[in-house]
Amino acid sequence: MTHDQSFTNQKFKVVGTRVNRPDGVDKVTGRAKYGADATAPGQLVGLFLRSPHAHARIKKIDTSKAEKLKGVKAVITSADLPDHTNGALLDKLTNCMARDRVLYDGHAVAAVAAIDRQTAKKALKLIKVSYEVLPHVTDVDEAMKPGAPIVQPGTKTRGVDPKPTKDSNVAGVSTFGHGDLDAGFKEADVIIEKSYKTEQTHQGYIEPHACLASVGPDGSGELWVTTQGHYTYRTDCAALLGMDLAKLKVTSSEIGGGFGGKTHVWIEPIALALSRKANRPVKAVMTREEVFKASGPTCSTSMDIKIGVKKDGTITAGSAHIRYQDGAFPFIWGQLGAMTAFACYDLKNVQAVGYDVLVNRPKVAAYRAPSAPMAAFGVESTMDLLAEAIGMDPVELRIKNAAKEGTKASYGPTYGPIGIGPTLEAAKNHPHMKTKLKKNQGRGMACGFWFNFGGQTCTDINIGSDGTVNLSLGTVDVGGSRASMSLICAEELGIPYEQVKANVADTSSLGHNDTTEGSRGTFSSGMATIFAAREAIEELKNRAAQMWDIPVEEIEWIDGEARAVGQQHDNLPPLTLKEIAAKAAGTGGPIAGHNEVVADGAGVSFASHICDVEVDPETGGTKVVRYTVIQDAGKAIHPDYVEGQFQGGAAQGIGWALNEEYIYGEDGTLQNAGFLDYRIPVCSDLPFIDTQILEIPNPNHPYGIRGVGETSIVPPLAAIGNAVSNAAGVRMTHVPMSPPRILKAIEDAGA
Amino acid sequence: MQVSLTGGLRSAANGAETIDIEAETIRELMNKLLEAYPDMQDHMDPGIAVSIDGEIYRDSPAKKIPPNSEVFLLPRLQGG
Repeated sequence: MTHDQSFTNQKFKVVGTRVNRPDGVDKVTGRAKYGADATAPGQLVGLFLRSPHAHARIKKIDTSKAEKLKGVKAVITSADLPDHTNGALLDKLTNCMARDRVLYDGHAVAAVAAIDRQTAKKALKLIKVSYEVLPHVTDVDEAMKPGAPIVQPGTKTRGVDPKPTKDSNVAGVSTFGHGDLDAGFKEADVIIEKSYKTEQTHQGYIEPHACLASVGPDGSGELWVTTQGHYTYRTDCAALLGMDLAKLKVTSSEIGGGFGGKTHVWIEPIALALSRKANRPVKAVMTREEVFKASGPTCSTSMDIKIGVKKDGTITAGSAHIRYQDGAFPFIWGQLGAMTAFACYDLKNVQAVGYDVLVNRPKVAAYRAPSAPMAAFGVESTMDLLAEAIGMDPVELRIKNAAKEGTKASYGPTYGPIGIGPTLEAAKNHPHMKTKLKKNQGRGMACGFWFNFGGQTCTDINIGSDGTVNLSLGTVDVGGSRASMSLICAEELGIPYEQVKANVADTSSLGHNDTTEGSRGTFSSGMATIFAAREAIEELKNRAAQMWDIPVEEIEWIDGEARAVGQQHDNLPPLTLKEIAAKAAGTGGPIAGHNEVVADGAGVSFASHICDVEVDPETGGTKVVRYTVIQDAGKAIHPDYVEGQFQGGAAQGIGWALNEEYIYGEDGTLQNAGFLDYRIPVCSDLPFIDTQILEIPNPNHPYGIRGVGETSIVPPLAAIGNAVSNAAGVRMTHVPMSPPRILKAIEDAGA
Repeated sequence: MQVSLTGGLRSAANGAETIDIEAETIRELMNKLLEAYPDMQDHMDPGIAVSIDGEIYRDSPAKKIPPNSEVFLLPRLQGG
């Protein structure tokens, strides 16, 4: 059944309130079960042997001694896995387990399942791998140079004309834009051209990848796993291992952070393969070192930005060349960056070129608005330089050039109603902007854009005989969505929030749901919940019609009860949901609502951030003293969790901007694979992050919802970069702006 | 109907920025696109999104394309 997803400006009674989350008590008392918290009788411990080299040919793997060790039940190498040569899944499987070559430090080469950790560790030491070490490259600019070691032989650059004949580490070049750049730059009074770099960072989720896999001799399997998308994990694992979808049940545990990193499979297919071989359940949990080395951090980048402006602040042309390192496997990170770079602005002449570059580093995964923060760092830093050059307030410069409804976006299409202008106006008028700065402090601001998307979604509502409601969702709850969906369900049914119990169903219980990514959870599951509740209401009305013995057309559903309409029914008191549910057995059985939908039309999202940073000129140390996030949410279903997303994005952005960095040695190995040497911000590093929610309805959602989870990480690198530059009196062009880097910039400027 | 191509999709259409295709739905548009430009297959595997009058559709092949719409083909988005 097709439902109208248009915005209706509905008035809310429950939606928008700040109720307690249903998973809150379990999480603060330790009762919640995460990826590593499941056990099964007879379970084995799965451990991985990983490459110590950045790039090497595997000459031979001898597992014979390990297999003979008492307590070892299975040993796996690529030879034990299906051969996906030339198939679409080859890269995915090769990343989980190396075949003929290892492509990065930490690449898995073998795995064992044993009766305990000690035995498994001993078995790993007994596996002998003969490597022929190959030249490696870990820097994005070095990888693009002629003569650089080729990471993936056979790679020809896509998106260039004529088609290249030589192998290259540049997997793809993508150009977006319109107008005439040369003519635009000729019109400019001032042109700023600047190069920037950002280093590789990890999402830094506290919970490592973990799963419990069990495959029986009949080919049926179960997987308990921490993931953002258990249906996607099922699809990938089943396809990689040749299993039937229906015979693999995947249950998502509570998730201790994902931010894009848990949208891909890593250890899970191998754990299933070990279980299949051993005929015993296998539990696999990554160490923190493995998470850093062998899961999916985001890209490092290098870029050249050029923007021209008239003295009155009109931007005449903008150009960006942004080089994204994709790790050892190609994807579209450069494309995404090029699409987002200038998306905040209304530009007549614009061109953004994204390069996807292979290096000997781990496969890059999504990280919250993937690719957009780096592009924003370059463009928004240059915007501040332009404002300074023409003597204009940086916010005014952005407002003058902000995209609006009807603007042709830099990535192509024409915008509908959007919120960049209102977020900038809100920033301009925010009290934060008017507070005085102290010595060595600087203020910066920046704006950012992200697309958001929807996708396949399936939801069930089941009403119990006591009138309480089970809401079964297929989108993993990564940020409070069970509370938001319960609010929506309660709103539609007209019952208290506490009467609804939401759960994330396993893959056997609902139809396919896309992964919780792209800020889609509340947008798409919200839509499916609304439609499922409305279907349940139709059934409730049918049951009331039976109880009253009147035509269903003479019944309305108002405030959680059926009301008979018309003077002839004046003497019929309303029937509440509970009263109808109590009689369900005699009126047709269980009362339920269901919906499956492809939720498209998610609506793009914009944010503006303001921050104040204090720089110690003697040490280069920084302290963020105030931070404000202003973002368009479309409609905030649960304001606490919208604010939480805003604050979380800013906090991660602060870490990325100031400290976090993958550091590779000359030998191509990662030097800081742990939280002691890779420093994410802790509470004492952060100020209270203030938020302001704007609600500019998305016309393509009944409640006006837009995604909120990702956009908040787009502006921080640039906002902090601008603040640090203003505080230190020197333009910072390299993220992270760690103390040594700031100190060097100050000293270089002084010299 | 004029269909605008972005990013790497242009190289699969001999560098064209726009192409003319008559199609009433996204499914028909994709079928005709592949028929005219077989190299598009490389992009269809990771996925192509379609923007119709500014709204981006990733998984709606049955979506009707109204006459005189602004149609852009984009790479399929990936999020975190």
